[in-house]
Amino acid sequence: MDFTLTKSQKEIQKAVRDFVKGEFDKDMGLDLEKERAYPAEVLAAACDLGFIGIHFPEKYAGADLGLFENCLIGEELCRKDSTLGLALMLTGYGAECVLRFGNDAQKEKYLPVVAEGKAFSAAAFLEAGQGFDLRTVQATARKEADGWVISGAKTLVLNGGSAGFYVVLCRTDDAAPTPDGRLSMFVVDADLPGISCQDAGRRMSCNMLSAADVTFDSVKVGADALLGTEGKGFAQVNAYFNELRVVLAALAVGIAQGAYEKALDYIKQREQFGKKLVEFHITWHKVADMAARIECARTFAYRAAWTFDQGKLDAGLAAMAKMTAAKTAVAVAYEAIQLYGGYGFMTEYEVEHFYRDAKFIDLFCGAVGVQKDVIAGTIVGKIK
Amino acid sequence: MDILHYTEAHEAFRKRLREFCEKEITPHVEEWEANHIVPKSAWKAMGREGFLCTNAPAAYGGHGLDFLYSVIVAEELARTNHTGLAAPLHSDIVVPYIVSYGSEEIKKKYIPGCTSGDIITAVAMTEPDAGSDVAAMTTIAVEEGDEVVINGSKTFITNGINADLVVVAAKDPAAENPHQAVSLYIVEDGTPGFTRGRHLEKMGFHSQDTAELFFTNCRIPKGNILGEKNSGFIMLMEKLQQERLICAVMAQFAVEIMVEAVVGYCKGTKDTTGKPYSKHQAVNFQLVEMMTDAHIGRVFMEKLVADHMEGKNVVRETCMAKYWHTDLTQKISNQVLDLIGEEATAERSLILRGWRDLRVLPIFAGTNEIMKLVVGKMSGL
Repeated sequence: MDFTLTKSQKEIQKAVRDFVKGEFDKDMGLDLEKERAYPAEVLAAACDLGFIGIHFPEKYAGADLGLFENCLIGEELCRKDSTLGLALMLTGYGAECVLRFGNDAQKEKYLPVVAEGKAFSAAAFLEAGQGFDLRTVQATARKEADGWVISGAKTLVLNGGSAGFYVVLCRTDDAAPTPDGRLSMFVVDADLPGISCQDAGRRMSCNMLSAADVTFDSVKVGADALLGTEGKGFAQVNAYFNELRVVLAALAVGIAQGAYEKALDYIKQREQFGKKLVEFHITWHKVADMAARIECARTFAYRAAWTFDQGKLDAGLAAMAKMTAAKTAVAVAYEAIQLYGGYGFMTEYEVEHFYRDAKFIDLFCGAVGVQKDVIAGTIVGKIK
Repeated sequence: MDILHYTEAHEAFRKRLREFCEKEITPHVEEWEANHIVPKSAWKAMGREGFLCTNAPAAYGGHGLDFLYSVIVAEELARTNHTGLAAPLHSDIVVPYIVSYGSEEIKKKYIPGCTSGDIITAVAMTEPDAGSDVAAMTTIAVEEGDEVVINGSKTFITNGINADLVVVAAKDPAAENPHQAVSLYIVEDGTPGFTRGRHLEKMGFHSQDTAELFFTNCRIPKGNILGEKNSGFIMLMEKLQQERLICAVMAQFAVEIMVEAVVGYCKGTKDTTGKPYSKHQAVNFQLVEMMTDAHIGRVFMEKLVADHMEGKNVVRETCMAKYWHTDLTQKISNQVLDLIGEEATAERSLILRGWRDLRVLPIFAGTNEIMKLVVGKMSGL
């Protein structure tokens, strides 16, 4: 068993570290988050270096690399600045649905624009009052002679309003014997008539990215808008979530590492009661807890990414990694704030946004209860 | 047997305050959060209706009511889902310094205004390099004739922008023992040399006008001292019990409101079979655990309120409660967000504000680490 990164992986890691040193700026990050504006130039630079969509095939502007490499990039971006990191890593939110389930024409149309930073993508799954059960989706896609007509309202769609296209989950067959078979997935151009967006306002995190309630009012799409297989929408969402959860685990590891390093710097210079904070015994144990949890989360995330790249789709492992890493990021960033004391609560000292971003990952793509359902489902089967 | 005995008068007061909050506070909260400050007119309205300084003696213009009224104010304000109108800090933490240690003249001069809401107060202790370590403060006060000259800076001061009167802790540079060097002074808004720095941006408490304060050759009359010179630490210690109890009370109410909200959410949200979340067993158990935590917290808090009202020394126990209750807010608010999930990531869900605001509770009024230090010392560890 070899736990070391390959030469090429180390080079990618170093390239991202050099990139964030040159491109990420604290004040820029704080200002953009406050103004809800996007770091377009930073994205352009990241795309030039091939950091976005590195796991896409080369013919679709990717590098044909694995989820592992995508995770390494996300980890390093978030480590330097969790908010800028999420803004870059989530521009292609939902694009993997096209990557994994799309036909060649769909991939050709939608993947290069994401990798080149020309369009954002948005997964429009969630509906208001739905809670954690996506099978309750009410949006419909009605089959017509020359395509589909989509109607429904999606809530809190990340990149809603700024995305070039949406990946939409709809009911296509109310008569299917199980709720799982009722749903299908579509890829829909954002500029089609009948699509309207209402800004969802500020959120705990990712304010550089837009979020909107997106309404589809009898939106006519062609037959080629169906993504993957009719009636397999729920299974495809779950497969996409498995991949996304691994990425989120890696982002959480980066967030935790970044908050931890900030806290370490701080406790080495901050003095109270005539001693550096780092000299207090309780600080030692806090540091030990943080370090141990990060080590555990990273190992978990890497193994989940590696497993995925081996072609094994392990839903339980992905959910475990996401749950563990997200809880780690929340706990570590929480402790970083505590070590900073009053400064930790202040925006300009940054650790508070690491905490908000960590909690966002914790809730995004299923909070802990959903992850436990997924994990248990793989072990003891579905609850009937 | 009830631990606390709310009379009809208490309940009438609560009803009146709740109606006031619904009419005069809640409708403005979004605006105050966006503006990062509560207008002074809201403080005056609170004062006009008799909701400020309920505990201050009637002889000096306060309302002379028991501490239960303070508890009621804290509870009803917690329901308004904002922290800007920090009346408990004003009425039950700052003004008591004036009540207990101010001269007759000082008390007569300021308490009526504090009660009417014309004077908003703040207490300035924390400095950039002296947070937990209060004795490390570098703000100095030097007597010159009939005046005292204050120099230094303070930070993280709640009500810092709105404050008309600040109780400032400053050191006597001539004193040798740093624990017998601190005095408390009253500095009024408008005093030359007293300026406000930045309005600090924070993770939460957005409607709270937390600010830096600067004192540059700030001259105040000698009579503005509270208590004896260089006895600041003793006064601070004496007031700790109520200050920390107020923190625990605020934390307890925040927990109860959060639990109430999430129980409502889980009962109202249904899965694909029409079964509410609250009937999913793991969710059900988690709600039960949260309700149990809230109940334990309530009993602990009420016992301390009762002891405090009887005049018992429960400094050690209130330090325990400050840390325990404020830590509980973190556990509960995180669990609440976990149960609601992604929809709780939007500010419009309102529950998110609670999570953001509460994060400072384990830090302010003495970090929870400091609370444990104090309890350890007082327990002979």
